[in-house]
Amino acid sequence: MASTILEMRDITKTFPGVKALSNVNLSVEEGEIHAVVGENGAGKSTLMKVLSGVYPAGTYDGEIVYRGDECHFKGIHDSERRGIVIIHQELALVPMLSIAENIFLGNEHASYGIIDWNANETRTSALLKKVGLREDPKTLITNIGVGKQQLVEIAKALSKEVQLLILDEPTASLSEKDSQALLDLLLEFKRQGITSILISHKLNEINRVADKVTIIRDGRTIETLAKKDISEDRIITSMVGRSLDDRYPSREPNIGEIVLQVKNWSVYHPIHAERQVIKGIDIDVRKGEVVGIAGLMGAGRTEFAMSLFGRSYGRRITGEVLLNGKPIDVSSVSKAVEHGIAYVTEDRKTYGLNLIDHIKHNITLANLPGVSRHSVIDDMRELAVANDYKAKTNIRSSSVYQMTGNLSGGNQQKVVLSKWLFANPEVLILDEPTRGIDVGAKYEIYTIIARLASEGKAIIVISSEMPELLGITDRIYVMNEGRIVGEMAASDASQEKIMRAIVRGEGKAS
Amino acid sequence: MSTESGPVPKSGVAEDVQQGPRVAVSALVTNLREYGLILALIAIMVFFQYTTSGTLFKPVNLSNLVQQNSFIIVMALGMLLVIVSGHIDLSVGSVAGFIGALAAMMMVIWPLGPFSNPLVVSIICLIVGGAIGAAQGYWIAYHRIPSFIVTLAGMLIFRGICQALLGGGSSVGPLPVGFKALSSGFIPDVIGSLTLIPPVVNAAGKTIVGSGLTLHMTTIMLGIVAVVAYAYFGLRARRSRERHGYEAEPFSLFVVKTLVTSALALFLVYQFATYRGLPIVLVVMGVLIALFVFVTKRMTVGRRIYAMGGNAKAAQLSGIKTERLTLMVFINMGVLSALGGLIIAARLGQAVPAAGLGSELDVIAAVFIGGASAMGGVGQVVGAVVGGFIMGVMNNGMSIMGVNVDWQQVVKGLVLLGAVVFDVYNKNKA
Repeated sequence: MASTILEMRDITKTFPGVKALSNVNLSVEEGEIHAVVGENGAGKSTLMKVLSGVYPAGTYDGEIVYRGDECHFKGIHDSERRGIVIIHQELALVPMLSIAENIFLGNEHASYGIIDWNANETRTSALLKKVGLREDPKTLITNIGVGKQQLVEIAKALSKEVQLLILDEPTASLSEKDSQALLDLLLEFKRQGITSILISHKLNEINRVADKVTIIRDGRTIETLAKKDISEDRIITSMVGRSLDDRYPSREPNIGEIVLQVKNWSVYHPIHAERQVIKGIDIDVRKGEVVGIAGLMGAGRTEFAMSLFGRSYGRRITGEVLLNGKPIDVSSVSKAVEHGIAYVTEDRKTYGLNLIDHIKHNITLANLPGVSRHSVIDDMRELAVANDYKAKTNIRSSSVYQMTGNLSGGNQQKVVLSKWLFANPEVLILDEPTRGIDVGAKYEIYTIIARLASEGKAIIVISSEMPELLGITDRIYVMNEGRIVGEMAASDASQEKIMRAIVRGEGKAS
Repeated sequence: MSTESGPVPKSGVAEDVQQGPRVAVSALVTNLREYGLILALIAIMVFFQYTTSGTLFKPVNLSNLVQQNSFIIVMALGMLLVIVSGHIDLSVGSVAGFIGALAAMMMVIWPLGPFSNPLVVSIICLIVGGAIGAAQGYWIAYHRIPSFIVTLAGMLIFRGICQALLGGGSSVGPLPVGFKALSSGFIPDVIGSLTLIPPVVNAAGKTIVGSGLTLHMTTIMLGIVAVVAYAYFGLRARRSRERHGYEAEPFSLFVVKTLVTSALALFLVYQFATYRGLPIVLVVMGVLIALFVFVTKRMTVGRRIYAMGGNAKAAQLSGIKTERLTLMVFINMGVLSALGGLIIAARLGQAVPAAGLGSELDVIAAVFIGGASAMGGVGQVVGAVVGGFIMGVMNNGMSIMGVNVDWQQVVKGLVLLGAVVFDVYNKNKA
């Protein structure tokens, strides 16, 4: 086998009062794809920040040996000079600059400060070809999708003569198709001799591309598995420290009358006025039922949900909404909330939370009248409510006075859920409720969903993870290109059936 | 959840444990900042008390200080909400100037008959201020034009109208005495004054014994009532926390804090009482401060403004009518700018074209010195008030010292920069 390119030995990193990493070991061989997995907060990102010099040498214990030399990186520049490039989960591109400008930002082909644009664009074209992106180098970043932006980041890494590429959850916000393309690209790089470290939550991806997996839990290395030993069960067991015999909580559905019915719902694009995004959707949800909406990215699921929720998306919205058989007005968010509809967004940081305020204030925000009298907030009642929901949804924090911006993804999601539970809705629309959160927190979210259904709430779950929909819902609608193209009971649905409905629906639409 | 017997794995342990001490530290830093600001104000006051050879705390100067700077604090209350909601208002100085001119024209020049009564004029002016705020807020809230641009336009427009109204460079006055009382008046002594040491006067009319120090008893009584109310509500909030089983701060700390604050307040009240009592404008300001503290801390509308400033989209998706709320914030700012304009005109006794010129910068500086964030969502009424007083004491102290106006600006700029740098540094450290 090839030689070891990177060896991290006994890395210990302490923050005031807590050990984030204790004696972590990681050994990566030249030319392999090495996956690092672990729950949110296990220490993966901290480890990568130590490696890339974000935490400079001296602020941690242990040693980093890269290509046989012991390295003391003082910053990202040091590690990049040695060919170690990290691509963060949140992309670091300037939206209003072009692809070429972004790729060579800070590293322009220039003489005496005057940029040679031809050289930059020629090199950019070559790099884009390498990553399989067919775009004009002059295209602005803001005009291309997240999947393509990810490829631009990788092209940028290539421009720095990368030898060790670190990707932090690269597919978290990509569609299935873009994810596949990205993974193929990693395999292609492997053939060219570039070593990659892949941080991911998605076990099927790891199964597909990784040569080795290192599992980290609570700041410690648990084990490193070779290709032949990689199995989902084994990884999950190591990640959570015990076996998960069931990834979804079991539940006895108790389904009643139809609560929410949407008839012939149509929505046009907010900017491109002639483009119809939602094309005459009919759905219904019953009391105590969990209904899933499956579909690929761009199918219009979020747009549908948001247009339903107080016209938060789109223009020229037509259609009828009936609650318990009576037509209701949902033309503003506050009216929708008054009628007992809640929408838990897919993007909790942008649309769900006030990150600079604490848990207590976030939980009560959608139902302030519930903790106040004559518009005056009763501090004690609010505190009691917040503590109550903190316990109910198992939010892990020192107190309800912790800033939500400092919480892990799973705990943030629980705060958003708590906010809407306190608003006491009849219908709860959950948009990608487990995106970007770890296996353990996912299970807790599923448990909450199951409990809400048993309390008689009507629940709609939008998800791109088909196993999740199959695991927690009673009935699944399949959506494609703004239409419902299939409906099936979860008991006789399968991933294949859903995909077939999508593909057939595509034929119909064109 | 805790009774759940299913497999509930732990999540995010390392990350969350890490936050425990961080929260404690950040709470400490927040408090330090709050106290730090007040300590800074006290330090600045002591400094000027020393460099002005004791002039600063002289009763007559205290009255001056309040009368000269109250309009900044009044407008800072509105500006705090504007900045917390994620906006800025550059037009407040011009609006104040325009309202002053409007008031003067109505009372002195235009033949309005009974409508030129100071009270009627004041009410009309406040309404006009609110309308100006609504006009600017409409573009900001419903058409999403950046507030910086809308209010920059407003700044030019209303300064221009102010000057045009006054007929070029001339000033309009004198304003009626009843109107001037808003700034230069004192509350009437309904209880009667108390002479501490009656002076003994000799045949030639010369005082031989006694200082003739008389106390404005209504002022003293108001001071005592305010202090008792402060202690009572503090105690009640403590009780309520304890009754609900939540820990409150140590009792000793509470007592010390209440005593120090009360002593300080009573000292100031005593100083005012030895002169002519509480200035009317101080009472107006005090009532407004109390009102805005209550609105921001306890009322749903206050909470919604903070949520909107913290994350407007999340607030909107939580059912908050962010457009209407933004409009209300600007209407409020307009009314307070108008009040500021009336206070300025009342103090000068006339309307001048340059009234309130540049005061938007003092107002904004006061809010930022008080710890508000330029990104919105963060800021306290008390902070803005203390920030306003810091600006005021510096203005007043440096003027007494005879520091040139040019250099006063330099010092104020440095203080603003220093305060914000200190704040950012503190936050990064935490």
